[in-house]
Amino acid sequence: MNFPILTVITFVPVIGAIVGLLIPKEQEKTIKWYSVAVSLIPLVLSIILWVTYDNAAGGMQFVEKVPWIPTLGVTYHVGVDGISVPMIFLTALLTTLSLFYSAYTIHTRVKEYFLLFLLLETGMFGVFVALDFVLFYVFWEVGLVPMYLLIGIWGGQNRLYAAIKFFIYTLVGSVAMLLAILYIYFNVGSFDILEATARFSQVRPFMQNFTAVSLAFWAFFLAFAIKVPSFPFHTWLPDAHTEAPTAGSVILAGILLKLGAYGFLRIVLPIFPEAFSYYAPAVGVLAVISIVYGALVCMAQWDLKRLIAYSSVSHMGYVMLGLAAAAASLTRGEAVTNSAAMALNGAALQMFNHGIITGGLFFLVGVIYERAHTRDLHVFGGLGAKLPYYYGIMAVTGFASLGLPGLAGFWSEFFVFRGTFAIIPIYAVVGVLGVIFTAAYILWKIIQYMFLGPFNEERWGKLTDMELFEKVTMWPLVIFMVLFGIYPTPILNLFNAATTALMGRLL
Amino acid sequence: MLNLTWLIPVFPFLSFVLIVLFTNPNKKLSSGIAIGSVAVSWVLSWGVFFQSIAGHIGMGEEAFRLHVPWLPTGTEWFPMGVNVDPLSAIMLFMVPFVCLMIFIYSVGYMHGDPRYSRFFAYISLFACGMLGLVVADNLLMLFIFWEIMGLCSYLLIGFWFEKPSAMKAGLKAFLTTRVGDAFMLAGMLLLYSQTGELTFAHIFAPETLEKLAHTQVNLGFLGSLPWASLLAMLIFGGAVGKSAQFPLHVWLPDAMEGPTPVSALIHAATMVSAGVYLVARCFPLFTAVEAGPQLGLVAFIGAFTALFASTIAVAQDDIKRVLAYSTISQLGYMIAALGIGAYVAAVFHLITHAFFKALLFLGSGSVIHGSGTQDMMEMGGLRKHMPITFATFLVGTFALAGVPPFAGFWSKDEILADAFHQFTELGAASWPFFVWLFLTLAAFLTAFYMGRQIFLTFYGESRRPHAHAHESPKSMTYPLIVLAVFAALLGFAGVPEEFPVLGHLLGNPFHHFVGHGFPATPLNGLVMLISVAMALGGLFVAWLVYGRNPLKEGQPDPLIQALGPVYTVLRRKYYFDELYQATFIRLALWLSEVCFAFDNKWVVDPLVNLAGKAGVALSNLGGWFDRTFVDGAVNGVAAVVGWMGGALRQTQTGRVQNYLLAAALAVFVLLVISVVV
Repeated sequence: MNFPILTVITFVPVIGAIVGLLIPKEQEKTIKWYSVAVSLIPLVLSIILWVTYDNAAGGMQFVEKVPWIPTLGVTYHVGVDGISVPMIFLTALLTTLSLFYSAYTIHTRVKEYFLLFLLLETGMFGVFVALDFVLFYVFWEVGLVPMYLLIGIWGGQNRLYAAIKFFIYTLVGSVAMLLAILYIYFNVGSFDILEATARFSQVRPFMQNFTAVSLAFWAFFLAFAIKVPSFPFHTWLPDAHTEAPTAGSVILAGILLKLGAYGFLRIVLPIFPEAFSYYAPAVGVLAVISIVYGALVCMAQWDLKRLIAYSSVSHMGYVMLGLAAAAASLTRGEAVTNSAAMALNGAALQMFNHGIITGGLFFLVGVIYERAHTRDLHVFGGLGAKLPYYYGIMAVTGFASLGLPGLAGFWSEFFVFRGTFAIIPIYAVVGVLGVIFTAAYILWKIIQYMFLGPFNEERWGKLTDMELFEKVTMWPLVIFMVLFGIYPTPILNLFNAATTALMGRLL
Repeated sequence: MLNLTWLIPVFPFLSFVLIVLFTNPNKKLSSGIAIGSVAVSWVLSWGVFFQSIAGHIGMGEEAFRLHVPWLPTGTEWFPMGVNVDPLSAIMLFMVPFVCLMIFIYSVGYMHGDPRYSRFFAYISLFACGMLGLVVADNLLMLFIFWEIMGLCSYLLIGFWFEKPSAMKAGLKAFLTTRVGDAFMLAGMLLLYSQTGELTFAHIFAPETLEKLAHTQVNLGFLGSLPWASLLAMLIFGGAVGKSAQFPLHVWLPDAMEGPTPVSALIHAATMVSAGVYLVARCFPLFTAVEAGPQLGLVAFIGAFTALFASTIAVAQDDIKRVLAYSTISQLGYMIAALGIGAYVAAVFHLITHAFFKALLFLGSGSVIHGSGTQDMMEMGGLRKHMPITFATFLVGTFALAGVPPFAGFWSKDEILADAFHQFTELGAASWPFFVWLFLTLAAFLTAFYMGRQIFLTFYGESRRPHAHAHESPKSMTYPLIVLAVFAALLGFAGVPEEFPVLGHLLGNPFHHFVGHGFPATPLNGLVMLISVAMALGGLFVAWLVYGRNPLKEGQPDPLIQALGPVYTVLRRKYYFDELYQATFIRLALWLSEVCFAFDNKWVVDPLVNLAGKAGVALSNLGGWFDRTFVDGAVNGVAAVVGWMGGALRQTQTGRVQNYLLAAALAVFVLLVISVVV
C-alpha cells in the first residue's frame, strides 16, 4: 500500500496534541515550539501533495477507503482533487503561521491554547479530505469546539457572547446538514459522497421529489451559508472575529469560512445541480447583497478588526456569486460551460486569496493592537512615516484585498465577474459596484485614517515598527499575493482542471 | 529588436523591485537605477519604433505579435503578449523619452526629500504601467497596467501624505478613476463574454466587429442598441475617468498636490494619455456602428470638456492648476477628435501635447523651485532671474496656444480641419459643427490663459517681498531644453501635404505611418486662418489685460471686476466638488450608515438576538415543565412507592401471634371463596 499521505496530514496534528499533553504546562517555550514543529509536518506534506498531484489525470487522487461502521455503510474514505489540494496547503500554511505568531503573543494558558489549535487543524484538514458524509460531519464538528474555546478563553472583552453566538449559529447549520445527510443516506443507501454524486446525477431526483430535494438543498445551504457567511446569516462573524485572539481570527477568516464555500463546491453543486440551478437566482441575490452591503457596512466601521471582519462578508460574496453563476449555467447548455468553469475558478481562487489576504490583514491588526492597545481608527493617523515597513505591508495587503491587478485578489474577482457577466449579467452589474466601495473602505478607512495625514507624536511617538517575527509571519502571505497576482497559473491550473471536469459532468 | 518589445516594461519594473527591496537606503543608487532602467527602455523603444517605421509594421499588414498562453480558462487558454503596430510604436516614441526627461529632472527637483528613493521606485512603476499598457496585445493586459498606473497615481499624488490636502487628492484620484474603471471592467467582461476573446487582433477582426454591430442588446426600458455601441460606451467610461473628462474631471486639478515631476508624468507621458490611447486602440470598436450613439457621446464629452475646462483655467491663480485645466481641455480635443473619426489628428495631438505639456509642467516646477511659490499673483518678473526656464516655457506656451509653426499648431489645426471638413459635408446641425465651434472657442481661451500665465509669471516686477528667485540646476534645465526642441519642431512631422513648400518637402510622414488607410484631411486655409487668429487674438487680449500694465503688488486680478459673479463661478470650478460632495459622497456615506444600522441595530442582529432570547425563554419554559411535571411525576412515583412501603411496613411487626392471626384470617377467606365459588 502506498504512503497514506492524507491520513498522515490529517492526524499528525491531533496525535501531536495528544503527545503534547505529556509536556508539563510550565514549560511554555517547549510547548510553543513543539506545536510549531508538529504543524510543520503537514505543511511539508501538503507541499508534496501539491507537487505530486497529477493534474493531467485529474479526479480524486491519494484515495484511501476502508470500512468504518459497515452495518451503516460508513467508510473511512478520503481523497483530494484540484480544489482541495490548494485548500489543504492553505490550511497548513495559515496554521503554521498562526502558531508561530502565537508563540510570541500568547502568554496565558499556553498549553491548552496550542494543543487546541492542533486539534482544530485536524478538524479542518478532515473536512477538506473527507469523501464520506459521516466523516465530513464529524470533522466539521471537531473544528467547531476548539474554535469556540479559543474565542471564549483567549478572546477580547465580549468573548463569551461572541463564542456562544458562533457556536450556536454553526450548530444550527450542523443540525440542518445532518438531516440533509440522512435524506441522502435513505435515498442512496450509503454515506459515500462520490457515490451519492454519481447516483443523483443518474436519477436526477429533483423534479420527481421537488419538495424533498428542495428541503435537502436548503438544509445544506443553511449549513454552508452560515459558515461562508452569506447575508443574512453573517452576524456571528463580526462578533467572533472581533473577539477572537489574532491567530483565531486568522484561522476563522482564512479557513473556517472556506469550509462553507468548500461544502458548496464539493456537495451542493455536484449532488443537487438541478436544485441549485433552480434556486440560483435566490443564491445570486444573496451573493450580490453580501458583496455590496458588506462593503457598505465596512465603510461605517471604526474598529479596524470589525471592519476587516465585515470585509469578509463582502469578499466571500464573490465566491457565492461565482457558484450561483455556475449553477445558473446548467440550464444554458454547452455554450457557457467555459464561462461557468471560469466562474468556479474565480470562486475557488477567491477562497484561497481571501485566506491569504484577509488572514494577513488580521495579523496586521494584531501587530498594531499589540502596540497601541486600541483598534479605533479615529485615534491614528500619519503612521506611514513612523512605521514605514508596517505601512508598506499593509498597503500591499490592502491593495490585494481591493482587487488591484498585479496582486492575487484581482484574478479571483476577474474570473468570478467573467463568468457572471456571461451567464447572469444583471447580478454582475450590481456586483461591480462593490469594487468601488471596496476601494473606498480600504483606502479611505484603513490606509488614510491609519497611515496618512499628520502624526500624533505625543501619543504615538514610542510606537515601533514591525518586529522580525511579525515580518516573518507576513512574508509568505505577501509573496503569494504578488506571485499569484502576476502568474496565477500554477494554482489556476488545478482549479481549472477540476471545475472544467465538474461542469462537464453536470451538463 | 521587435522580439525584445516585451522587455520594455520589464526594466522599470525591475527598478521598482530593486529600489523597494534593496537600494532604498542609498539615494544616489536608487535614482541611478531608475534612470538607467528607463533609459534602457527608451533605447529599446526607439529601436522598436525605428524598426517599425523602416519595416512598415502594421501598415496594411498584420501587427507584430508575440504571445504566450497565460491563464487557463475552461477548455481554452488566455494568451498574454505584446503587440506592435503604428499606434503603439508612436507611443513608444513618446512615452519612454518623456519619462526619461522627467526622471532626470526629478534628481534636481526631489533633492533632499526624505523619501527620495521611494519616489524613484514609484515613478519607475508608473513608467512600467504606461509602457506595459502601450505594448499590451489584449484588453485585459491593458487593464492590468491601467490599474497599476491608478495605484501609482494614488501613491504619487499623495506622496507628501502628511499634508491632508495631498492625502485627500490621492484618494480622490483613485476613487474617481475607479468609477470609470468599473464601467470599463464591465465593458471588457461583456466583450469577453460576447466574443470569447480579448486579444486586439481578434476582437477587432472585421467579422467579429460585424457580428457585434449587428446583434442588438436589449436594455429594458432604455431600449435596445447594438452590442458594439454599448461596449464602446462602457469602455469609454474608463477613458473618461483616466483622461479626466467631464463629469469625472474633478480629480486631475487636485492631482497637482503631488511633486511637480509627478504632475508632468500624469499630465503628459502616462495616466491621462492612457485614456485617449484606450479609445484610439479600440477605435475599430467605436466605429463598428456607423454614426452610432457611442461616437456622438465621445464627440460631445470631448468637445464640451475642451471648452468647459478652458473657461475654468482662465480664473485660476495657481500656476499648476491652470496647466491642469489646460490638460483636461486638451484631452477634450483628442477625445472629440476621436468622436468625429479624426483618428490620426487625435493621435498626433496626443504625441505633441505630451511633449509640450511635460515641458510646461516641468517649467512650472522650475518656477516653483526658483520662486518658492505656486501662486502666480505672487510671482512676476521672473524672466530676468530664470532665463532658460522662461525661454523654454515660452516655447511650450506657443505650442499649446497653437502659434505657428510650433507643434501644437499643426496637431490642433488638424483636429479643427477635420471637424470643419465634416461639418461642411454634413451640415451645420451636425455633431462636427459643434465640435468645431467648441474647439475653436476653446482655442481662443487657451491662448488667453497661457498669455495670462506668461505675463503674470515672467513679466512685470516681483509681487512678493524678499523674493530671491534663481535659475534651477542643470539637471532640471537640460530636460527643459530638450523638451522645448521637440515642442518646437515635432509638428513638422504632420504638416498637411498641400501646405505650400513645407508640405511637399516633408510629406506628412506622421499620417503615412499612423494613418495608413485613413484619408488625409484636405488642407483648409480658412480653418487655419481662423485658428491662427484665435491663438494670436487670445495672446493679444492677454497682453491687453496683463502685459500692457503689469500687476503691482497687492493689486487684484482685473478679471475679477470684468467678469463679476462669473469669475467666482469659474474660480470655484462651477462648484462640481461641492456638488459631488453633497450628492454622491453623502449618499454613499448615508447608505453605509443605514446598512450598518440595519445590520447591527435595526434588523439582522436584533433578530438573531431575539432568536437567541427566544431559545433561552423556551429552555426556561422547558426547565419549568421539567421541574413541575416531569420531575413531579418522577418524584410522585417515588413518593407513592415510599408511602406504600411505609404502609406495608406496618405489617412487618415481628410478632409471631400477628403472623398467625394473619395466616388464620387468610385461610378463612380462602375457604369462604372456595365455598361460594
